[in-house]
Amino acid sequence: MIARIEIIRRPEIADPEGVTVVRALHDLGFNEVIRARFDRVITLEVSGSSTEAVKAKVNEMCRQLLANPVLEDFRVVIGE
Amino acid sequence: MSDPATVEEDITPAEIPLHQRLGLTDDEYDSIRRILDRDPSQAELAMYSVMWSEHCSYKSSRLHLRRLPTAAPWVVVGPGENAGVIDIGDGWYAALRIESHNHPSWVEPYQGAATGVGGIIRDVFTMGARPIALWDSIRFGPLGQSRNRYLLKGVVGGIAGYGNAVGVPTVGGEIGFAEQYTNNPLVNVMCLGLMRREQLVLARSGPPGTRAILLGAATGRDGIGGASLLASASFDANSGRKRPSVQVGDPFEEKKLIEACLELYERGLVIGVQDLGAAGLSCAAAEPVAKSGMGIDLDLDQVHVREPDMNAVEMLMSESQERMMAFVSPDKVDQVLAVASKWEIMAAVVGTVAHHKEVRVSQYGEVVARLPAQSLVEGAPRYERPSGEPQWMEDLWSNTVKFVAQPAIATALMQMLDEPGLGSKAWAYQQYDHMLFLNTVVGPGHDATLLRVQGTSKGLALSVDGDGRLCHLDPRRGAARLVYEGALQVALTGAKPMAVVDNLNLGNPEKTEVMWQLRETIEGIAEACEALGLPVIGGNVSLYNETDGIDILPTPVVGVLGLADPMPRPPPLLDRAESGMELWLFGTEWTINLAGSAFELVTFAHVGGRPTAPDPTAARAALQAGHALAQGGLAPVLHDISGGGLAIAVAEVAIASGVGATVRYSDWRHLFCEDPHRFIAAIPAANTTRVAEVAAASGIPAAPIGEFGGSEIVFDRNGVRAALDLDVARRTWDQALRRRLA
Amino acid sequence: MNRIAVVVFPGTNCEQDTVRSLRSLGAEAELVWHRQDRLDDFDGVVLPGGFAHGDYLRTGAIARLSPVMGPLTEMARHGRPVLGICNGFQILCEAGLLPGALIANAGLAFICRWVEVEVISERSMLTSLLHPGQILKIPLNSYKGNYVDPGRSGRVVMRYVDDPNGSQDQAAAVSNQEGNVVGVMPHPERGSDELLGSSDGLALLESFLAASRVGAGV
Repeated sequence: MIARIEIIRRPEIADPEGVTVVRALHDLGFNEVIRARFDRVITLEVSGSSTEAVKAKVNEMCRQLLANPVLEDFRVVIGE
Repeated sequence: MSDPATVEEDITPAEIPLHQRLGLTDDEYDSIRRILDRDPSQAELAMYSVMWSEHCSYKSSRLHLRRLPTAAPWVVVGPGENAGVIDIGDGWYAALRIESHNHPSWVEPYQGAATGVGGIIRDVFTMGARPIALWDSIRFGPLGQSRNRYLLKGVVGGIAGYGNAVGVPTVGGEIGFAEQYTNNPLVNVMCLGLMRREQLVLARSGPPGTRAILLGAATGRDGIGGASLLASASFDANSGRKRPSVQVGDPFEEKKLIEACLELYERGLVIGVQDLGAAGLSCAAAEPVAKSGMGIDLDLDQVHVREPDMNAVEMLMSESQERMMAFVSPDKVDQVLAVASKWEIMAAVVGTVAHHKEVRVSQYGEVVARLPAQSLVEGAPRYERPSGEPQWMEDLWSNTVKFVAQPAIATALMQMLDEPGLGSKAWAYQQYDHMLFLNTVVGPGHDATLLRVQGTSKGLALSVDGDGRLCHLDPRRGAARLVYEGALQVALTGAKPMAVVDNLNLGNPEKTEVMWQLRETIEGIAEACEALGLPVIGGNVSLYNETDGIDILPTPVVGVLGLADPMPRPPPLLDRAESGMELWLFGTEWTINLAGSAFELVTFAHVGGRPTAPDPTAARAALQAGHALAQGGLAPVLHDISGGGLAIAVAEVAIASGVGATVRYSDWRHLFCEDPHRFIAAIPAANTTRVAEVAAASGIPAAPIGEFGGSEIVFDRNGVRAALDLDVARRTWDQALRRRLA
Repeated sequence: MNRIAVVVFPGTNCEQDTVRSLRSLGAEAELVWHRQDRLDDFDGVVLPGGFAHGDYLRTGAIARLSPVMGPLTEMARHGRPVLGICNGFQILCEAGLLPGALIANAGLAFICRWVEVEVISERSMLTSLLHPGQILKIPLNSYKGNYVDPGRSGRVVMRYVDDPNGSQDQAAAVSNQEGNVVGVMPHPERGSDELLGSSDGLALLESFLAASRVGAGV
């Protein structure tokens, strides 16, 4: 199974990369951009047959290692 | 070849023979057929194409490089190995190498520069030394063009990203600009290593039965044919499609590799080591066995690969980074694998040294290549390409500016301080960790670097200098002056110059004027080294720096290594001038030759005239005097005069020290002339008598020309003053590079 | 005589500098490989600077899983002095031994230069021999030196005089409530020799060593 994990930066955490990208887009004339946020995607190939079981496991992986709760939230989607 | 993203786009395979696609000429192909007495296999062609490429074989320059002096009693390893090594006494050896990564940096600046750093570090720790410092000498087109800003930021980012993470401090360097580098940026990197003499390792294979163990990163399709494709070819509008050929570096992998290799050396577990750089496996297998008069049986099935289904050609051409080949006696193989495992790097026995003097490569149980090892390493053609002084040299020399009136000094100086090539480089070096290892006594922002050798009273001084403009106007005089300049900078830290490395960056050698430039720069370096008794212990030649028919300015970059024993504590620094100290000028009598000066370039956009020839006697006098002043602690500030002349040199000291200065002069051209073998000093009043004695004993003219104090930089001609506010000067100089990159 | 463990992960690079500086102050400093799962007989622990595990995933994220972190956490709980310098600070945050986290410098560039820091509190084993208001000159050398602490539970014991990287409250060093676990972003060991620019960092290392000679706590 494929687990697609979105590591999402918490909005209250400063995002210098996001700020810089907005500035650069404005320099290029894309003034309609209001905000940018840098998140990450991790794709895991996981063995298992039950979507619920795999999702529960992957959530645990996020809690223990893949996401830092001080900085980030996470969202897991299981596919084939 | 199965990788579609590199060579074969837009080409109908049936029309262009494989050897040409790999960068080999028809004559070279015929040579190969004669050597093998049959048609070569694809794998064999691949190996010859990378080993005989310009970048690996130096086929256009080798004959001429023989001119360089390479011997001295303190040289342990001269040119021909992975790095030069000198004996610095007390059981310590220093290893030094300089290399270029120009073409990859144009294609992908961050990774091109990063992998350049990775490569040069490997060359040094392949010799048994711990890499302890890096220098970068980089050149770009003018910053008004956005692509040049992109390249500069990428290159500095790559050097910082890789150097900092791999844990080797970048302690000095230089950044230059000229229109001719716009499509051909130059990225030269120099690395210093330190080892106990017992630790020295050469690239030797050992006797038959020795195992070849491949250590480090997995082999992938990185940089396939980079050596033959990128480094040896000029660019044109289609070059963007060469992008996938650029290697990607992993500094963490390299750090682990460094520690693993140093442990192998310390425990005496290897006979020889060769790093996998350009020409990857082909070189790492062939060179050590060729040097030892042996052969090797290489089994590609044992090589740990990153991607499945790599064919033999890809594996033999791959330039995946962070890999080393260790030659290990069979009884030590298990221990070597254990060390690799501890450091979490992959290791595999991929070959065995044999009596036959061939490189025999097999895959899936079949022999895919079988060729004489020597032919790969020594069999590359040596071209004596035609050379001739270009017709435009005479015109260039007679193209001098006639000044009808004295220009506004303060205005001219401000313009020069605002020049990115002359202003502060802090924007760059504050991105480099330059303090790691706690050895950096004189760091970035000064002339030469001074590193202490912990556990001894010694210091190692290094300078790195290039000058395309000067060498364009006269390659021989320009290149010679670079050696003298580097040696003087080293002497001004209290060190005695000991060795030189050189990186020659030139255009297309198939043009007679470029070959002339190559021969002249080599001649200039040779003359200066002979005059100073300095051996060249290594070097690099980067040719084909040409785009759309336009060559770069001939740009030799010279590194000079010196030994200070004892190391002065504290050493002279640019920021130690104080109010009340005298400003002294040491050097030849006043000259007014402004050919090649920053002044003419910045204020009149003019480059012309013939630079003054160096003078070995004056050079030696300057070295002796500078060294004695530094060692004697007589001058808190010693600063050589180079780019920008006397005016810039004084301004740099005033800005660094935060104190104004007054310079008395008679002819304004003395302020901007860049003639060699001269330096300035800040001398406390109490030392002036002894300073005069040192100058006299060295045979160098010396005299006070002003003093430090006040809040302005003042140029005084018989009471007529031109003044710059020090704060304004400092801010301008500080922002020169920074503001153009905001 | 205090025995100080200086932990080495793959990718760590400041361990020799740290050991040397501690030894110059009379301590018995020893390198400890990250796979070691015991820290018996050590009076204090230092996590030095560098790029443990290549900073992969997040800086310090993988390092905090190493076997040595078990006994290190025990020592922290027992009030022994635990100091994280630069990368070490990042690891302590990831391990939950200090609140908050380190993110990219506001200017998005690596910074290597001297900075001035002001002591805010002497109630930490890093600053116990100093007094509030004291200014020290030590080198900063980091890309992810920007301290954030949304929960505001960290105790800032030193702060930058001029903001170099956007850190919350200009925090340069943060301590736990007990004062025995401290993370500092600039490098005290790099400010330990006048010849190289300043020896102000020695006072910080001396505070740490003084705490390690005493019993638990500060």
